[in-house]
Amino acid sequence: MIARRLAPPVHGISNAVSAARANPLEVPVNSVVCVTHVPDTESRIKVSGRGIDEAGLKFIVSPYDEYALEAAIRLKEAKGGDVTVVTFGPDRAAHALRECLARGATKAIHVKGDVATADSLGVAKVLAAAIKGIPHDIVLFGKQGVGGDNALVGPMVAELLGYPQINVVTHLEVGEGTLKAHRELEGSEEVIEAPMPAVITAQKGLNEPRYSSLKGIMAAKKVAVDTKSVADLGLSEADIFNQRVVYVSLELPAEKSGGRKIDGADPAAAAREILKYIREEAKAL
Amino acid sequence: MPGVLVFCEVSEGRLKKASREALSIGRKLAEKAGGDLAAFVAGSGAAGVAAECGKYGAKKLYAGAHGSLDNYTTEAYATVLQQVVKDSSPSILLFGGTSNGRDLAPRLAARLNVGVASDVDRLEWNDGKLRARRPVYSGKAFATVDVTGAPAIATCRPNAFPAEESAGGAAEIVNVTAQGESRARVIETKISEAGEVSLAEADIIVSGGRGLKEGSNFSLIRDLAHAIGGAVGASRAIVDAGWVDHQYQVGQTGRVVSPNLYIAAGVSGAIQHLAGMSSSKHIVAINKDAEAPIFRIADLAVVGDLFQILPALTEEVKKAKAH
Repeated sequence: MIARRLAPPVHGISNAVSAARANPLEVPVNSVVCVTHVPDTESRIKVSGRGIDEAGLKFIVSPYDEYALEAAIRLKEAKGGDVTVVTFGPDRAAHALRECLARGATKAIHVKGDVATADSLGVAKVLAAAIKGIPHDIVLFGKQGVGGDNALVGPMVAELLGYPQINVVTHLEVGEGTLKAHRELEGSEEVIEAPMPAVITAQKGLNEPRYSSLKGIMAAKKVAVDTKSVADLGLSEADIFNQRVVYVSLELPAEKSGGRKIDGADPAAAAREILKYIREEAKAL
Repeated sequence: MPGVLVFCEVSEGRLKKASREALSIGRKLAEKAGGDLAAFVAGSGAAGVAAECGKYGAKKLYAGAHGSLDNYTTEAYATVLQQVVKDSSPSILLFGGTSNGRDLAPRLAARLNVGVASDVDRLEWNDGKLRARRPVYSGKAFATVDVTGAPAIATCRPNAFPAEESAGGAAEIVNVTAQGESRARVIETKISEAGEVSLAEADIIVSGGRGLKEGSNFSLIRDLAHAIGGAVGASRAIVDAGWVDHQYQVGQTGRVVSPNLYIAAGVSGAIQHLAGMSSSKHIVAINKDAEAPIFRIADLAVVGDLFQILPALTEEVKKAKAH
């Protein structure tokens, strides 16, 4: 367990402005935000071997991670403290860290590795090991990495670090030593209170993420990204890669042949036609 | 004897649909993998679903009846389910793809040092391993994976596995005395949409997009959904415009759904939306633009004015239901 207030907030170049705004009466909160670098959601996916063909794809910070990052930056602005972004991924993932720094993260750690061949628990072990070396009160994730769509790593890291978890969070309030979060379920919402440190996974609706400013982008360039390997973290590569959940193949869905097209100029006739389809083919009434 | 264990959830005295589906595929896997199908249910009403568990093929029901389990908390449930896994040493552990199933599976997997295939839509026992197919990139592609741990864990996508009864008698109740503690405490539960059908588990979804022109016209979608007994869905465009809450969003940054029937009105069909619903079994699209991308995947494409067709269809559905 990492003691609170272990390290004072570091007023680095990129957070000097916002840190100055923080209320001096507040206890600083150190956040770690884990992010992943994924193909833009508008991408068309092409298969190459057992993975995707990355050529020509635009990569972005996974959309749900943006809500996690925004929540952490707001905590920093309100209370002071650091926002450390961590990613496990290939060289290109450094762009995700730069984007986060430009928005207001203060530190960045890049664990380099072929994340595509690691299962979620392998990824979680790497992130948990990296997080142990950073002073933190709260660890934030997106509720899932868009693309892999596993939604596993956040809770796995919570277990590995021995922290409570609150998944799919739409509202977050951080107090002294505890936090309160709203967890989205099917048709309902729970308000959950937990001691810190804790793990949160962010859902859309938690906040409205900011864009990076030109000033932020310039400041981010001056922050050195701490680069590590899996071995640097004291982990065995054999326990991280090609373990537990192993990819056999990746396929595109079968092309759907076009259906029947009808002219809806006569609404009553169209409605009857739709009802006929619903009853006879979908057998849904 | 090792077999298949399914984490089941109860709502109003009945197994949740996702649990019935997971039991049904679990029974088929148990036939191949060897061993029996067992269910784990937590909470003081656990023993009450023994007959229903049996109907779906479970021979045993591990009932965690301790009061600490009446309401779901991650840590307490993980502690007790870990004990059941230890006692029953299943080869396969399945979860329905509910909020709680998807919250618990990774927590327990990390504790047991095993992997999880999440949100799977196909499962088979292949050469001593659990082989799973799972949609990735919101269904733009499908990955086939082998899960090698003991137990091999998977969470089942809602609506992907049909719930099928078998001729079994009531499951034998095994009392689980273990109790759990949780540092995270639920201090309040808010029901957001009482009486509405949940999007993830719905058999029928009626979905609206920007073609509705303004937020108040979303009532046309709700009216048809209520008449037909379905859930309502929405495109990202109208969620971002603030017309409806994000919980209704279908697509890559919303919910990925695969109902039996998906009716899309005024949804043009952005790639992110199509990714989220194209695995629906029957798709009806209503759009005034004959070139709308949604028509490429629609089984029935209706080129016309949704403001006239939706009310007419709602009336037809009401008439048909009255008969």
